[in-house]
Amino acid sequence: MNLADRPQTINKIFVFALIGLFLGLFGVSRVSADDADLGISGQLKYKSSTGETVFVSGATVSVDGLESVTTDEKGSFRIPVPGPGEYRISLDTASLPDTVSLKDATKNFLNVNLSTDKDQVVIFSLQDGSAAVASESRFALRRVVQLSVEGIKFGLYLALASVGLSLIFGTTGLVNFAHAELVTFGNLMGFFFNYYGLAGAIGFLAPLPAPLGSGSNLIVAAALTMIAGGILGYGLNRFIFRPARRSGVSLLAQMVMTIGGSILLRYIFLYFFTGGTRAYRSYSAQRANEFLGIYLTPKDIASMIVCVVILLVIGFGLKRTRSGRAMRAVSDNRDLSESSGIDVEKVISQVWTTGAALASLAGIFFGLDAVTWESGFRVLLFVFASVTLGGLGTAFGALFGALIVGLVINLSTLFIDVELKNMMALLVLVVVLMFKPQGLFGRKERIG
Amino acid sequence: MDWGFIFERTFSTMIGPEVVIYALAALGLNIHFGYTGLLNFGHVAFMAAGAYGLGVSVYYFHWNFWIGLGMAMVYSIVLALILGIPTLRLRADYLGLVTIAASETIRITVRSRVMKPITGGAEGISEFSKPFYDLSPFDLGKFYKFGPFRYLGRDLWVLVVGWTLLILLTLMVQQVMRAPWGRALRAIREDEDAARSLGKNAYAFKIQSLLFGGAIGAVAGVVQVVQKGSIQADGFNPVITFTIWMILIIGGPARPWSPIAGSMIYWSLIIFVENVLRQLSPQTRETLESTIKLSDINIGQMRYIFVGLGLLLLARYRPQGIFGSREEMALDDR
Repeated sequence: MNLADRPQTINKIFVFALIGLFLGLFGVSRVSADDADLGISGQLKYKSSTGETVFVSGATVSVDGLESVTTDEKGSFRIPVPGPGEYRISLDTASLPDTVSLKDATKNFLNVNLSTDKDQVVIFSLQDGSAAVASESRFALRRVVQLSVEGIKFGLYLALASVGLSLIFGTTGLVNFAHAELVTFGNLMGFFFNYYGLAGAIGFLAPLPAPLGSGSNLIVAAALTMIAGGILGYGLNRFIFRPARRSGVSLLAQMVMTIGGSILLRYIFLYFFTGGTRAYRSYSAQRANEFLGIYLTPKDIASMIVCVVILLVIGFGLKRTRSGRAMRAVSDNRDLSESSGIDVEKVISQVWTTGAALASLAGIFFGLDAVTWESGFRVLLFVFASVTLGGLGTAFGALFGALIVGLVINLSTLFIDVELKNMMALLVLVVVLMFKPQGLFGRKERIG
Repeated sequence: MDWGFIFERTFSTMIGPEVVIYALAALGLNIHFGYTGLLNFGHVAFMAAGAYGLGVSVYYFHWNFWIGLGMAMVYSIVLALILGIPTLRLRADYLGLVTIAASETIRITVRSRVMKPITGGAEGISEFSKPFYDLSPFDLGKFYKFGPFRYLGRDLWVLVVGWTLLILLTLMVQQVMRAPWGRALRAIREDEDAARSLGKNAYAFKIQSLLFGGAIGAVAGVVQVVQKGSIQADGFNPVITFTIWMILIIGGPARPWSPIAGSMIYWSLIIFVENVLRQLSPQTRETLESTIKLSDINIGQMRYIFVGLGLLLLARYRPQGIFGSREEMALDDR
């Protein structure tokens, strides 16, 4: 199946795909109008020993998978949610003043079933004085395990996003700063296919059955998204970076090109999708089940299993299949593999296509929590940290690097504030570059 | 359509505060990238260092405004050392990774709740620039008009100081780059191994270049927040870095006056296009909004789409920019 031998057909397919993409984004942009303005709100207050009502400001309240907010001076908070469903809302007891505690220390979260189209008010009952029962310690085993599991989940998603970046670097020497936008692309296209199917944005096609006209199941949407992502990756290489390589544009200039591409795509996403956070039609809000003291939603468990399976398939493909071996060979030594008969351009094309497809799949997984125009950009630093830790250009390095980065970042919240966990990405980068710049899996060579 | 208004806005922008601020920032980046070939993808971090060096000193430590200016320089030096020491011995792209990571990390950290007592968190810092405006010879609230230009007295004072700084610094960069130190930088950009074999300590030169350019970036940050009168963490996001890159590449890297030229071209184009779009007749606006979603917000976002497209095309087809020369082109070799 040598697609590159039929450039004209491919050109046509690509142009159609691009038109489809823009129609898609255009369609997505119309959804916002009928979004109901839903939210969960409440007020944190308690009666002091003198009997007056005191409002608690500066406490953190969060809804699983959505944003967290801080209460204002009146103790009020409101968290916008994407639609009706079940939400688990939790109060960060560590953010309460020392003199205030929950009446029942185990009730630091509430499950809310949002079915109406208006705000739901929740109440956390607080009391004066510090906790009667010793609240869970910072380093409680349950908390460490919970954070580790969430870290592994994040690491698995990151791994999907990182493999492509690492392989593209390996085969072409190019650090693709637009890789995060491939993740966002998946995130948004998943939303589009989920709501409109393949062509539902075009008025007269809307009545067609799923997945053509009306919106399709998220699993079908994920498959379609991977195909769309693959086409985008193939197109980026075929129409932008391959011609640039051929006409001798230097690697540094190509890197600036990827940055330009990244900004271009990101703001096109913003232009059509607008700045709000949305959710997929299904699986958006689920109740977390307890299992051995760990809280996980069914979608978390399912997506982690799917991720592991896909990563195993990738690993097997890289080790055992002909094209996978060719990819690793070209990554390892381009000249040597070219002289031993590997078609390097074909391998590069395959790397871009699969890398982008995997990145868009990662976008779908991130989208289970939130769909936004900058979902990829938010994880870009973590992706960089992962590939550097694993060793730029090594596929397996990227996988392990991502898992380690996911764990480190989540476990770091045992010691530092959640908002500062992004710092860990930079810390990992700097530490790796200072002490082992070739990464865990990279070959030791002069990279200065 | 009110062409008079459009041209007044465009001309006023051409030498307005944005041009000064971005030209100063691009001047710093020019030292990094144009003359030394360093891939600094987090230049906005230096602007943030300058802004918060001033802001934190006044807001948290309650120091004098003028001491704050000194602290802005100290912050930028510290940042340059943190970024440079681990990465400058490595291949060029590692500096790119670390700088973009650092600039985002700084933004996220200073806007966090934990840092609120020190940096003002997401709300930021305001009311720190009074000592500067006290020196103004112009009436701060009055409009001054000369020819096609029209500025508030407040902005006019910023402009006088800003342009003086900008021209002095540009002349300084021009002289320094003719001096042996500047020649060594360019030698390192062209061929690091050759420079090393002639006994130049490439690592030390690169660190010095990072410090020098970073300090000018910090000056840009200070001018920006003094002009705005407030410091907002989210104003220091990566797309600002790449706007500066675009300005530098438009003007042509490794030429002393290119940051000013690039900044003027970029800002007058953007302001002209935006004002023309905003001045279209209501029917046209409505049609555009219903077909290609050209709302007011989106007109504001369009400049970033231009930046992206512009960078992509310039890097591909004309990396030396409009005035640059191909021989002086860091993007070309390697």
